[in-house]
Amino acid sequence: MTYLAKPKLFRPDTPKNALGYTRRDYEGAISTLCAGCGHDSISAAIVQACFDLDVEPHRVAKLSGIGCSSKTPDYFLGNSHGFNSVHGRMPSVLTGAALANRDLIYLGVSGDGDSASIGIGQFAHAMRRGVNMTYIVENNGVYGLTKGQFSATADKGSKNKRGVVNSDSPIDLVALALQLGASYVARSFSGDKEQLIPLIKGALRHRGPSFIDVVSPCVTFNNHAGSTKSYDYVREHNDAVNRLDVILPRNEISTSYAPGSLRRIVQHDGSVLHLRKLAKDYDPTDRIGAMNHLQERHALGEVVTGLLYVDSSADDMHRHLNTVEKPLNQLGDAYLCPGNKALEGLNASLR
Amino acid sequence: MKPTDIGAPDYFHKVVDCQWACPAHTPVPDYIRLIAAGRYSDAYMINWRSNVFPGILGRVCDRPCEPACRRGRVDKEPVAICRLKRVAADFKDDILDRLPPIPARKNGKRIACVGAGPASLTVARDLTAIGYHVTVFDNGKTPGGMMRSQIPKFRLPDSVIDEECDYIVSRGVETRLERWVSSLRDLLAEDWDAIFVGTGAPRGRDADIPGRQEAAANIHIGIDWLANVAFGHVTSIAKRVIVLGGGNTAMDCCRSARRLGGAEVKVVVRSGFEEMKASAWEKEDAMEEGIPIHNFLVPKEFTHVDGKLTGVSFEKVRAEYDDKGRRSLLPTGEPILLMECDTVLVAIGQENSFPWIERDIGVEFDKWGMPVLDQATLQSTLPKVFFGGDAALGPKNIITAVAQGHDAAISIDLFCRHKHLLDDRPSPLANLVSQKMGIHEWSYDNQVSEESRKKVPSKNLDKALRNIKLELELGYDLRMAYAEAERCLNCDIETIFTNKACIECDACVDICPTECITFTANGEENELRGRLKAPAKNHDQALYVADGLKTGRAMVKDENVCLHCGMCAERCPTGAWDMQKFFLKIPHAGTEVRKE
Ligand SMILES: Cc1cc2nc3c(=O)[nH]c(=O)nc-3n(C[C@H](O)[C@H](O)[C@H](O)COP(=O)(O)OP(=O)(O)OC[C@H]3O[C@@H](n4cnc5c(N)ncnc54)[C@H](O)[C@@H]3O)c2cc1C
Ligand SMILES: Cc1ncc(C[n+]2csc(CCOP(=O)(O)OP(=O)(O)O)c2C)c(N)n1
Ligand code: SF4
Ligand code: SF4
Ligand code: SF4
Ligand SMILES: [Mg+2]
Repeated sequence: MTYLAKPKLFRPDTPKNALGYTRRDYEGAISTLCAGCGHDSISAAIVQACFDLDVEPHRVAKLSGIGCSSKTPDYFLGNSHGFNSVHGRMPSVLTGAALANRDLIYLGVSGDGDSASIGIGQFAHAMRRGVNMTYIVENNGVYGLTKGQFSATADKGSKNKRGVVNSDSPIDLVALALQLGASYVARSFSGDKEQLIPLIKGALRHRGPSFIDVVSPCVTFNNHAGSTKSYDYVREHNDAVNRLDVILPRNEISTSYAPGSLRRIVQHDGSVLHLRKLAKDYDPTDRIGAMNHLQERHALGEVVTGLLYVDSSADDMHRHLNTVEKPLNQLGDAYLCPGNKALEGLNASLR
Repeated sequence: MKPTDIGAPDYFHKVVDCQWACPAHTPVPDYIRLIAAGRYSDAYMINWRSNVFPGILGRVCDRPCEPACRRGRVDKEPVAICRLKRVAADFKDDILDRLPPIPARKNGKRIACVGAGPASLTVARDLTAIGYHVTVFDNGKTPGGMMRSQIPKFRLPDSVIDEECDYIVSRGVETRLERWVSSLRDLLAEDWDAIFVGTGAPRGRDADIPGRQEAAANIHIGIDWLANVAFGHVTSIAKRVIVLGGGNTAMDCCRSARRLGGAEVKVVVRSGFEEMKASAWEKEDAMEEGIPIHNFLVPKEFTHVDGKLTGVSFEKVRAEYDDKGRRSLLPTGEPILLMECDTVLVAIGQENSFPWIERDIGVEFDKWGMPVLDQATLQSTLPKVFFGGDAALGPKNIITAVAQGHDAAISIDLFCRHKHLLDDRPSPLANLVSQKMGIHEWSYDNQVSEESRKKVPSKNLDKALRNIKLELELGYDLRMAYAEAERCLNCDIETIFTNKACIECDACVDICPTECITFTANGEENELRGRLKAPAKNHDQALYVADGLKTGRAMVKDENVCLHCGMCAERCPTGAWDMQKFFLKIPHAGTEVRKE
């Protein structure tokens, strides 16, 4: 970490996006995480993705639980809405917010402890309900904030900093998300922004529950030999199935690829996902195939990354529940609280 | 790209933009930090070693450092490097006991310096300090050369010139003032071990157009007139004055005329306003004093009645550029413009002239009348005669004269010791020292100030215009000096990268406020510049490239807009980045060649 705020001096050719904002306009307060923490890189990737997508900061709600990872929303999108909930409860608070106002872009940021340990139930239900959100887990295999205890995603057999071996089986949140109905599922690595940024962009433009598991080394408690969440381990075992480019409707597609090497997926909002194949025969629209591939590779000790599954025609919770389109705060008191007569009518209709 | 050799003394020297741009390579950030720390005498001495005349230069330097200053690339204006130098001079204590001792035992070598301008005085200072007996000749009453005879007192008071010339001439230098050297042959016959010619570029160019002879009484050559003003021979001027020319001499002429009774003073230049030779700040100062500048006008004739000047007629022109970018001024065809006036000051250029140097004694001159010199050693074709300052290169400025004085002194010393002037020349010494004091603590103030440049306070203009001797600028007070000093980005505190320690966590990339750092596949320079996190478009600034990383990528840092804030080093979990102070010792006469 550093104590100083970033100086507000810019390079003369600082790029601006369509809204006239610079990348720096999407930053937040100065991070207090340990120097070299993977989580800071993920924050930078979120900043870049929002800049690239011309996201209006006031249209984003960022929510988190508790943990080093859950602290990060303070360090990006300083002009967006934020809510720091209790440990493991980000999904339910976010679900409530999404129900009240569907116009915002919902970004849930959590840790492996926050989501796979205490918050596993909340995680599961947000996925299966189809909450329209981007759910990012900053996965370091430990409880960083409480000094490095193994979390539920730590691999069996991996060692902690003092050499103690983890004997519990790991939870793979990606496998769970696939099984529970997430319609955009990806895994990435904080140390590979070229892969991570497009994955976040695709998720922000996806309708339905998007889940990204980002392996994010804890330099302080889990970056040693024997860890399976260290920079070195992930670099050595990273097995990317594809590379993604997100093409917005306004951008012209100029690159050409050899036939068969590229998969185009059009999302509901017209944005196009360009997937360059890396693993032969990997089909990111085949949910069961994805689950199989994941298990096979995991058994070999590989960390499968890339856009693993996407269903571009998915619906979300609002469709399922047939909710009102307008945000509640725009409906007005009379509409929200139609009075005794309306209540009596409703009661009568149910008798 | 090949990995950068950061051990090469020039690599980081170029990163310290101001020091690189300064002809004498003054360690600018070093003295600016000392000013911020309130150590004015220390700041003065750093300057004194490099540029010899800190108080003078702190007022009138041409300041090539400021357009080069990195701050100007990330902020509206550069650091006020020049005026901070004046702060060091204004607030220092008595520094006499800090001046290097003059050896009591001389080495027996006698050197003559012709002219007592900044070039000669620098030679004299450097050589007396190592045991030479130096004699300075000048036709003037006091030393200083054009610093004294040309630069108006409202920019540079005599007291400052006296003080800084005194640090040299009162310490073992022999002066022969009011002595015009009329023959180099005779001087050579006096058996000096070496002779330095620092006689400047003393002749003002004339405007040879109709009416010049007839109206001569009211037409003056700018530099002659300024010298007469400086020495009090001229104390007034007519009401309506036209100054011809667009350089700094023209600016000094018009501003002096304003102070001597010229109520309607205007400057007329051939070129466009933008292309004028005068520094931007000189033009601003003149205009602030109510002097209009008319451009694209070529003087055609001095009009006169009964031997009295009545005005100047001008032809209107416009600039045209050919495909090579060369400019020509073409008449617009508009009618001739007549401007009435009582006096004209001609400030359209300066020339060298060496009437006192015989052409058959072995000192060769080229077809432009300039001495033929070895560019590096400043030695003429007659081995014991050296040139420097305006006499060597034509009219330049004080700091260039000083820099050449240092170079000539090194050559003279080597020459007198029968060493080779090039092979035995000492090279600069560079070293790097870590500035880390603690986890987030550095020995320098790495928090970047966001304040804008402080304007130097001046005296009341009405009052200043009534007295030509009254120095206009007050200089910074200490509060302003501190704020201005804090604007310096400490470009000499370098980012040093150790590839072995890097775990490629991207922390430095993410924190860097100006997006200088990229980890990417190495490539050919031009192509690489294009695909950095922020494309590196300024080709004058280096890329720092390091390879040997685990992923096979290269670390590429664009030095261009690095703020030297140290945030990369603070964020680095492994200490792969460190902030190290680059110190460059520029050799002066007497420095030995480094033993490898
Ligand atoms: C009007 C004007 C304003 C200027 N303003 C600035 C400014 O603001 N900042 C800046 O950096 N520079 C300025 N300059 C330029 C600067 O003054 C010169 O570049 C600098 O003084 C050159 O130094 P020098 O040592 O080469 O020679 P000079 O300073 O020219 O000194 C040469 C000396 O040698 C003497 N001399 C010549 N021939 C003989 C001889 N045969 N025998 C004895 N003595 C002799 C001359 O009288 C003179 O005193 C200005 C110049 C002019 C004309
Ligand atoms: C209800 C509750 N139980 C326990 C804690 C203590 N606690 C704080 S953070 C944390 C684990 C965080 O781990 P993770 O989500 O992986 O975040 P990281 O710090 O690793 O990024 C725990 C157990 C708490 N704050 N609240
Ligand atoms: S403890 Fe670990 S997770 Fe927390 S900030 Fe430090 S490195 Fe990051
Ligand atoms: S910021 Fe300071 S060190 Fe850097 S170029 Fe400017 S004056 Fe020199
Ligand atoms: S010192 Fe480091 S962080 Fe600061 S601007 Fe330079 S490269 Fe960037
Ligand atoms: Mg964790």
